[in-house]
Amino acid sequence: MTVLSPLELEIIALSLRVAFWAVLFSLPLAIAAAWLLARTTFPGKVIVDGVLHLPLVVPPVVVGFSLLVLFGRQGAIGGVLYENFGVSFAFDGKGAALAAGVMAFPLMVRAIRLSIEAIDRRLETAARTLGASPPRVFATITLPLALPGILAGTVLAFARSLGEFGATITFASNIPGETRTLPLAIFTLTQSPGAQDAILRLVLISIAIALGALVLSEVLSRRVTARIRGDAA
Amino acid sequence: MISVAVRKRDGDFVLDARFESGAGVTALFGVSGAGKTSIVNAIAGLVRPDWGRITVGDAVLFDSDMGVFLAPERRGVGYVFQEDRLFPHLDVRRNLRYGSRRRDGARDAPDFDAIVELLGLDRLLDRLPHRLSGGEKQRVAIGRAVLSHPRLLLMDEPLANLDAARRDEILPFLEKMCRDLAVPIIYVSHAIDEITRLADTLVVVDAGKTLAVGAVSEVTTRLDIAPLTDRRDAGTVLDGRIESHDSTYHLTTVSFPGGQLVVPAIGGIIGEKLRLRIQARDVAIATDTPSHISTLNCLPGVITDIGMPRHAHQDILVDVGMPILARLTLRSVADLGLAPGRQVTALIKSVAVDRNAAAAD
Repeated sequence: MTVLSPLELEIIALSLRVAFWAVLFSLPLAIAAAWLLARTTFPGKVIVDGVLHLPLVVPPVVVGFSLLVLFGRQGAIGGVLYENFGVSFAFDGKGAALAAGVMAFPLMVRAIRLSIEAIDRRLETAARTLGASPPRVFATITLPLALPGILAGTVLAFARSLGEFGATITFASNIPGETRTLPLAIFTLTQSPGAQDAILRLVLISIAIALGALVLSEVLSRRVTARIRGDAA
Repeated sequence: MISVAVRKRDGDFVLDARFESGAGVTALFGVSGAGKTSIVNAIAGLVRPDWGRITVGDAVLFDSDMGVFLAPERRGVGYVFQEDRLFPHLDVRRNLRYGSRRRDGARDAPDFDAIVELLGLDRLLDRLPHRLSGGEKQRVAIGRAVLSHPRLLLMDEPLANLDAARRDEILPFLEKMCRDLAVPIIYVSHAIDEITRLADTLVVVDAGKTLAVGAVSEVTTRLDIAPLTDRRDAGTVLDGRIESHDSTYHLTTVSFPGGQLVVPAIGGIIGEKLRLRIQARDVAIATDTPSHISTLNCLPGVITDIGMPRHAHQDILVDVGMPILARLTLRSVADLGLAPGRQVTALIKSVAVDRNAAAAD
């Protein structure tokens, strides 16, 4: 258990890479969505809210299939991207990241939205009387004060992305070195006899990474909260 | 020159405010719920009135006919709220500097170090807001608004959430600031003692309407306004100058238009301006000139007006060169046969010094 095999290292590296890109691209969108849901009212807000939460409640395979329809090379969005930019998602690491990002999105939005809603809006009003435009208020007041929630949401989404299985295998398939992340590798091993030890090792690695991420998020979040409120730590 | 005329309906409450004032401190006075905060919020651009026009100097902040409604950040109006509203993630220095990016060539930017010194903040600069006491927080909030380079400063009961000790800690800073700053200030309060210490112009607000506008000394002696001020607090504000000091008896003579008052010795140099406050219940009336009496201040005058009876009392306005309010029992008014035009002597039992440059230091 002390030394990881090259194959295990490859799987871990791929999983971390997929989760990293998934989180990186969804973070700005999640912040925007969280802000819209927390601070604005618009017609159809309930529906937008519902659609954003769909990945939490529908079977992951449904999400994976929907992605295939939308982002496949013949898909409504995927076709345009492929023809104009040569970008293709299906059966590729990018596809795995997209699937993971979509599945983790609601968790991220939820955490950030809650922290934005918890901000005293009177502080934002005060900032505007001090001459700050709404974008500057957002950058200097809202965003820093929402930081604990943003951190928590990011780590949660990262952990969720590492564990993504159903949507990934449906949309991006199970290709070694391309889309075979930790859960997919474990699933593959369960299909072959006599791999109990190898499975156990990957399972423990998964748990260790997830636990590490949660602990890190808690520590960071406490530190940020302590800096902002002083007595909360 | 500040000019405000706004109307706004909000459910059953109708705000209909109208006043003009100039440099110095303008106090908006009234009981809670009278609409004072609604008025300053309209000036700051935090609420949009249904109708009206708000100008500060040449700047039109709001004009419903012309469709002008400047966003709060474009008004150049500083605002000190009842709560400090400091940014919890920024230290005092960065809180103070938050608004200092606002620039306007027409006015000199306030000097950071000078404001920090004026408000006594030099030792707090590196602290986060949660490490400050309530009084310190409010001083930082005041400094932050001043340093945002406003053309007008709004202060909405900045002392209301502080206990008496913290209030007494901040009042001297406020007095100094009101004196030293070139920026006009609109100061909201329901405490008449704060107003007489700080304000030059008084606007009385009641049930959403501005009832009276004028110099503090004029408005506080208007009998139709008196019922709005706290019953126990009704009184006269006099602006005078130190005439002479009497070291033998520890007395100071203060002159005001039309007469002189003798008060227990106060600091200050001859000729210095100060503001005195005489509570109406500390003034007695005699119909002849009393000769053997301990009261030092016996001012001859003429009754100009008599207010409506309230409970056992009635307010009498006596012109002794300046109008002075006296609160007498209904029985005394009847027994002495007091009526407008009657020659009387006002006996002033005590005088409070409300604003004195030397005392503030």
